Order: sequence, then C-alpha cells, then structure tokens
Amino acid sequence: MDYKQLGLLAGIEIHQQLDTREKLFCHCATTLRDTAEHSGEFFRYLRATESEMGEIDRAAQEEMKRDRKFVYYTYDTTCLVENDEEPPAPLNDDALSLCLTIAKMFGMAPVPQLHTMRKLVIDGSNTSGFQRTALVAFNGKLPNGGTIETICLEEEAAQRVKDDIFSLDRLGIPLVEITTSPCMHTPEDVHEVAEYIGMVLRSTGRVKRGIGTIRQDVNISIAKGARVEIKGVQELDLLAEVVAREALRQKNLLAIRDELMAKGASVDENRILDVTDLFRETKSAILKKAKKISAITLPGFAGLVGREIQPGRRLGSEISDYAKKCGVGGIFHTDELPAYGVTADEVIRVKEFCKAGASDCVILAAGASAKQAECAIRQVIVRAKMALTGVPEETRKMLEGGSTAYMRPLPGAARMYPETDVIPVLIDEQRWNAVTVPELLTVKIQRIAAKFVADYGFNAAFATQVASSEHLPRIERAIADGINPDLAASTIVRVATELRREGIDIERLFSQNTDLSVLRAVTDGKMAKEAIRDVFASVASGISLEDAIKKLAPAVSRADLETIVRKILAERAEFVAQKQKAALGPLMGVVMAEVRGSVDGKVVSEILKKELEKVLTKAK
Amino acid sequence: MAVVKLASGYNIGVPHAHCTLLAKAQPAQAVHRAAIVQDKNLPELAIISTGGTIASRIDYRTGAVTSQFDAEDILTAIPDLAKVARYRAKQLYTILSENMTPAIWQELARAVHAEIQRGVTGVIVTHGTDTMAYSASALSFMVKTPVPVVFVGSQRSADRPSSDNAMNAACAAAAATSDLGEVAIVMHATTNDDRCAIHRGTRVRKMHTSRRDAFSSIGIPPVGFVEYPSRAVTLSPDAIRRGEQKPGLHDKLEERCGLVQFYPGMGEMVIDAFEGYKGLVIAGTGLGHTSTHLIPAITALIESGTLVVMTSQCLNGRVCDRVYDTGRDLLKAGVVEGGDMLPETALVKMMWVLGNENDYDKAAALMQQDLAGEYNRRSGHGL
Repeated sequence: MDYKQLGLLAGIEIHQQLDTREKLFCHCATTLRDTAEHSGEFFRYLRATESEMGEIDRAAQEEMKRDRKFVYYTYDTTCLVENDEEPPAPLNDDALSLCLTIAKMFGMAPVPQLHTMRKLVIDGSNTSGFQRTALVAFNGKLPNGGTIETICLEEEAAQRVKDDIFSLDRLGIPLVEITTSPCMHTPEDVHEVAEYIGMVLRSTGRVKRGIGTIRQDVNISIAKGARVEIKGVQELDLLAEVVAREALRQKNLLAIRDELMAKGASVDENRILDVTDLFRETKSAILKKAKKISAITLPGFAGLVGREIQPGRRLGSEISDYAKKCGVGGIFHTDELPAYGVTADEVIRVKEFCKAGASDCVILAAGASAKQAECAIRQVIVRAKMALTGVPEETRKMLEGGSTAYMRPLPGAARMYPETDVIPVLIDEQRWNAVTVPELLTVKIQRIAAKFVADYGFNAAFATQVASSEHLPRIERAIADGINPDLAASTIVRVATELRREGIDIERLFSQNTDLSVLRAVTDGKMAKEAIRDVFASVASGISLEDAIKKLAPAVSRADLETIVRKILAERAEFVAQKQKAALGPLMGVVMAEVRGSVDGKVVSEILKKELEKVLTKAK
Repeated sequence: MAVVKLASGYNIGVPHAHCTLLAKAQPAQAVHRAAIVQDKNLPELAIISTGGTIASRIDYRTGAVTSQFDAEDILTAIPDLAKVARYRAKQLYTILSENMTPAIWQELARAVHAEIQRGVTGVIVTHGTDTMAYSASALSFMVKTPVPVVFVGSQRSADRPSSDNAMNAACAAAAATSDLGEVAIVMHATTNDDRCAIHRGTRVRKMHTSRRDAFSSIGIPPVGFVEYPSRAVTLSPDAIRRGEQKPGLHDKLEERCGLVQFYPGMGEMVIDAFEGYKGLVIAGTGLGHTSTHLIPAITALIESGTLVVMTSQCLNGRVCDRVYDTGRDLLKAGVVEGGDMLPETALVKMMWVLGNENDYDKAAALMQQDLAGEYNRRSGHGL
C-alpha cells in the first residue's frame, strides 16, 4: 500500500510502568499478584459525573448505557486507597523524579507547577471512576524530527481478571504516558519511534519489564478518514501490523461510503419494526429466547454490511460492536443470512415483512428485554448513519492478530476534573537543574561491548550480546569477583537463555545468587563447567546447590585428583612407557570418566600433564 | 501561581509573572439540562440541606465553590431519587458539619417539625458526616416525629463517579417513605454497594475517617436495612414505626454544657475550666473512671451546681462506678452514671435536659432515663 498517497498520519502514546518501591498515591508496594492469592473482594457501581463545565463526557456517557456492577479483588499488598475508601497520599516524589529524568532525556520543558487531574474512566478499571494523571513536561524531540508533545505521570489502572472483575494489585503503579505528535507516515515509522522511546525509557534502569508493563496506544488517520485511537498494543512487533490494518479499514470504509452514496443509500428511523412474532418457531436459539426482536431496514446497504474491511472484520462487525454497548450479544444482518439457525424461509419472511428490496439490508437486534432490543437497534442506526459519512472518530481496542473493535467514542476534554485531594507540586529551576540524564542504552551497549572486546578478547557479536543482556550487572559483578570473564559471561547469558526456554525460573535462581555460587565452585575446581547447566536445573527443581554438585559433580579436590591421576598412571605404566607423551590424550578420557565430570577438563589436563612428565622423567 | 486549563483538559500552574492577558474568557453558556419531571403520584418528601456535599460540585461558570441547591439539582445529580418520591427542597445552611452549633440544631429541628406539620411522608436531612451523629442525636430529643426523619451524607465527594452519595440518597429516600417513625442516619452498611444500614439517631457514631461504612450503631444493632439497588427496606422489631409518636417540638437547649475525655495525668485545671457550666459529660476510662487526683476538682464543680455525668471512652458497654474505690469516690462526689450512653449523645441529651428542666435532681434523674432510645436498660450480649 502507498501510505503516502493514503495520507497516513500516526502518533503514539506509550505507557510505561515505573519501577518504584511504592505506588503513585499510596504506600503499597508495586508488586503484581496471582489473582488466586486475593484476600477479599467487594463490588461497586460507577456513575458518570459532570465535568467542571457541567458536561458529561461522551465516552463516559457511552459506558453508562448499561448498569454495571464491578467486582474488585483485594490483596494483603493493597490498601484503602485502592479501594477508594481513603483519600490519596501525596504524589510519589520518586516517581516524579523518574518522570523528570525521562522528560529531560527527550529534551522537554517541565511545567512550573504540576496539577493532578482526574481523568474520567468508568469502565470499572478504576475504583474511583477516574484515573489520576498530571502533565509534567512538554515539547520533546524525536530522532525522526517529530516531537513528543507531552509526558504525563499517571496511575496504572486495575487489571481486568474477567468481564467486570478487576484485580487491584496493579491499580496505582506509577506510569509515564508519552504522547508524540502525529509525525509518522508509515507503519514502519511507528515501529521505529516506539522502539526508540522504549530504549530511552529502559536507559533509566528504573522501568518495569515484562509483558504488560509497556503498552502502546496508536492514533491513526488517513486523508478524509478520521482520528482513531487504538488502545493497548502490548507487543512492539504487532504495532506496524495494527497501523497497516487500521489504514486498510479506513480506506475500505471510505470506499463503502462512496458506494452507499452512489446507490443513494439512506438510514431512516421510521423503518424500525417489531419482528418478534416472525421468530416464534425459529431454530435460532438466540432469537427464540429473545423477549423482543427489532429490525431496521437499511435501503442500499445490501452486500456492504457483509463486506470485509480488515481481516476478520466487516461493516457488520462494526455495527454489532455498537449494539453490544446495550448488553446484547450481537446482531443479525441479511448479508450473512441464512445462517446461525435462521432459515432461508425466515429471511424471506422478514424481508417481505420489512418491505426490503434486493438492494436493502435488514438488521435484527434481539434483546432480553424490550428496552435492550430498542437500545441495540438505535445503536445500529447510529453506526449505520456513520457509514454514510465515512470513518467515525473512535477509541478502539486491539484484537488478536492486529484487527480492532470499537470501544467508545474518543473522549473529550470534558473528562478532566481537578483532583482536589492532591496538592499541586512545584517544579522549580533548582529541581529541574538537579535532574541528571543517564547514558542512553544504545550508547552504553556500544561502550561496554568495545571494552569487552579490548579487555577480554570477546568477539564483537558476543560482546554486544553480553553488553545488551539484562543480566549485565550480574556478569560485571561476577567478573569483579574474580571469575573468568568468558566463563561468567557465557554462563550467565547462554545458560540463562537456554534454561529460560526450558521454562526454568532463572530469575529466582539469580535472586538467590545461584549463578555466583556455581561460578565460584567451577573456579575453585569443585565442579566442572560441563555440569553447570545440570546443576542449575537441579537447583531450580528444589535441590540444594551442595546436593546438586555432590550428585552431579562430586567434589574432587586437587589432592584427590593428583592421587587419582597417579593411580591411573601406575595402573597403565606399560601403556605410558609405550606411548610416552602421546598417552596424554587417551588417559584424559580415563581420568574424566573416573571423576565423572566433577572437575574442569582444563584442571585434569594440567595435572595429568604434570604427573605424566614426572613419570616419564623418572623412567629416563 | 495561575491555574491554566489546556485544550486537553489538563491544568498546569504558571507563575502570574509569566502570564499575559490576551483577552478575558467569556463565561461559558450554562449547559442545558433536560427538565426533571416529578411524579405527582409518588409520596412527597422534604429534603433539608445543611451544606453536605451530596449534590455539590465545583462550578467554574459562577466561580462559586458550592452551587445553588434546589430539587432539580439533587435530582439531576441523583436521577434514581425521582423513582422513589417527589421532593420539596429547602436549603437551610451551606456549612461544613464541623461548624455546626447547637443553635443550628435548633433551627434544623424547627424546619423539620414544620415539614412534618405540612404532612410530608418523610424528611431527608443532607448533612456533612463529621458531626452528623450529634445533629441526629439532637433532633432525636427535640423533635417527636410520626414520620421518618433521615439524615444522609456521603463519605466520598459527589463529584466522583464512585461517590456513595447516589446510593445513600436512594436508600435514604426509601427509608423516608418506609414504615419507620423516628430520627435515623442512613449510610452504607458495608464497603460494597449492596445495602445501607438505618441507625437510630442516638446510638450511632462515625467510627472511620474515610470508609463508606464509617457509621456504626453502638450497643444495639441497626434498626433496619435498605437493600440496593432494590431499595427494599427491612425494619427490626425495635424500630419505632410510622405514626407511633405524635408530632412535637421541644427545641430548648442549654448550651453551657461540655464534654471532656479523661486521660492519665490530666490536671485539675481542665476540670476547673468548666466552672460556670451547667453540665459536664466525662468520657472516663473503662467502667467510668478518672484518676483519684481529679476527684476534689470534680467535687468542687458539682458543689458549684454543675451536673456531671460519667460515660466511657470504651464506647461499648455500660459504666459502673460501684466496682472500684475510685468509682465509689466519684459517686460520693455526686457524679451521675451515664449508663451505656455514648459520650456525644450524653452531651446532647444533657443540653436538652438542662434546657427543659431547671431542677438539678430532676435533671440528674432524666439523665438516667431513656428518652429517645439513647439509654438501654439492659445490655444485650449481642449473641
């Protein structure tokens, strides 16, 4: 696709969790929990409230279409602030410092005084019904010439466990929201910028790692399309695909609009009919159990409602998303019928009843109540009308694979309300000047890799791999501890990767300093480096390090080894006499078999060589 | 700092010196609201506001901190209410509840009594939560009511989507149209949005600074519950029923009454400071004690004509000054045992009793009688 010709414009919002000890507005730890460990639960209802200007935010209004009861899981690591049962603590100053560091890394200008706001979000992900957020700095620079418009310090939302159940462990973890200008023009641009921002964030060494700790929202439009915000892309590798698919969706929606125009299509609210009676005897389970089925005839829409607009998504899916806001499971439309238990005969009857012609599409909405069916069919009308004008401005969520579904209208400024419980924070010149900027990760990796090549003779590729390893501090510590650099680096980088692939919890082993103990044992000749992998695996399975070494690599001291070597040389005196120095190779195998891998081959070779020389000298 | 609202909705603070006046902002048009239609077939409730946050919000259009308050404002904020009743709203005060005074309680009592006389089905009083229990207690003594008089407030401000105001108000309205016939506080019973408790006005206390279920009945179970969202009301057998009491207003209070909490090492000058007061409630330790050291000062106070009533800072349980020497000495000094009355209720009751009874002995006797459900003759063991 020629994105330039399409007029693709994209901007991103990156949300990155910060690795602070405490949450943004309370003193709870920022640890994520297994939901099975929850200590209690409670439930609440949320309501849309008016903004300072007396308006209700349109996105919030949309969420209010149905009464929703939200359930929250609590933990022994969450408190009354997460429960919305206590006013917030003052803004976490460590998180602010970190945010200022990031702002300075992008060359931004801080606000003179930070004001915490309440961003209305009533999808249940915040117990309060709002997310606390503060604008910290403006106007940063990107290498592609684009700008970072703002950086905000926000509290993380609660994690959805399932449906309307949320887990409070994540609520309140500090995160930075970095918003770029719409300065990207291809899906690849978006990927590159996101990758760069991610690198800068990691350079602080103070951001959370792992799936879900960084999320990208993308704002996309094409010429004559509309701004669409896609939320929650968790994998960087999917970003370009999401952008490409959204560009495609907007292009197809514009094409559908043109066809609808050409056909003189229209949406007429007077063409809603109650068709409940037509389906009294239907085989479709959904229609049969419905209390009311409403139908709307859309003149000129036939064939277009069923048209694919991005992989796995049709105009019908878009209409269905709107109807679902009323709590219905979806809609039926004549472009896809007969199907789902609806017979050809029933389709003919509905079309006749609705006086639908060949070029018209009939959409059915079945509700568990009359109110629900009416709400759903009105939503169908809302979305069908939008099809006549092209692309609606929307907030959308990513589906598996990179297509998207409608979430809610784009929120407006009406969703911001001052957080009266938090005192503004002054960011004066003194504070800003004291912020130090860490070395960029890319620069650091180059520098360290060059040092490894020069100091330890690593090859360049391995040096870069070691320098970019998340375990670099462990490797550096092991080297400082006197471990052979090659042994330290290869063990920690390679063995860790290998074991992680096998599903072994390597982080736990590292946190217990198993790596250092193993490396020390190898260096001291207590075990052979050949046994490292197996010893790690045993320790991971719950065996103590000592037992693992004993079992897999029994301790053989240098003295023991000398005795063993002398014994073997004595037993094979004839062979030694015959082969002279050439006996070394074959005897190496014999000794290694005897010590069962518990001694480093180098040490065996060294001792064997020395003892062999002694024997040969004596013989002379 | 000047607060600047950006187009994105964010506020930032900018030093005044860095700001240049380009033009004055035009006041925004008031947002048109759909008119609230009150259902004429529903029972009529009076809502009397004393300045609680139940329907307030920041209003940048007028620049006022608290917006005007009429039935429409409440019904706009809490649309659920329109399903329960129709309303007449009266704004008595707009003050924070810590600024309440006995004089305001009296004015409130008169306003409530006037509504009862008008024949409303029930009265709702919106009130800040800090001193709501004092006010409810005061009205319990001053107003005899055949209809429910329900105090309600919110622990989380009305301007947040999670506010407890809507549910509390809906439950209060349900209680105010129920078979109840006494002064009560209706607030969240649990941290869930599942039910509100109906607490007797003289046996209730705010027991948490911030939780939704901050209010507890002490010494008795709540006199009822309101389920949410069904708004189904259940009353305990002990709840006074609609129509049991004849309407009446006895709005005299003696304001020269005090309440002091004893603490180890408390000096006699604290007691001396109440010289000239008509009455003093002491929240003593345990069964109702002060240190022996204070007894001469207390004796002197009583001899000068001050009525001294002993309650317990344990809150739960009954005072008994006959068990230990100190207690017996206090009784000898003329201290009146306050039974299982809450210290705050005892204070309010003392104001009412001394406002209506000049005779010292009769007043002392009244302090030991149950007048408004404040004094249990028996201590139920709660099992």
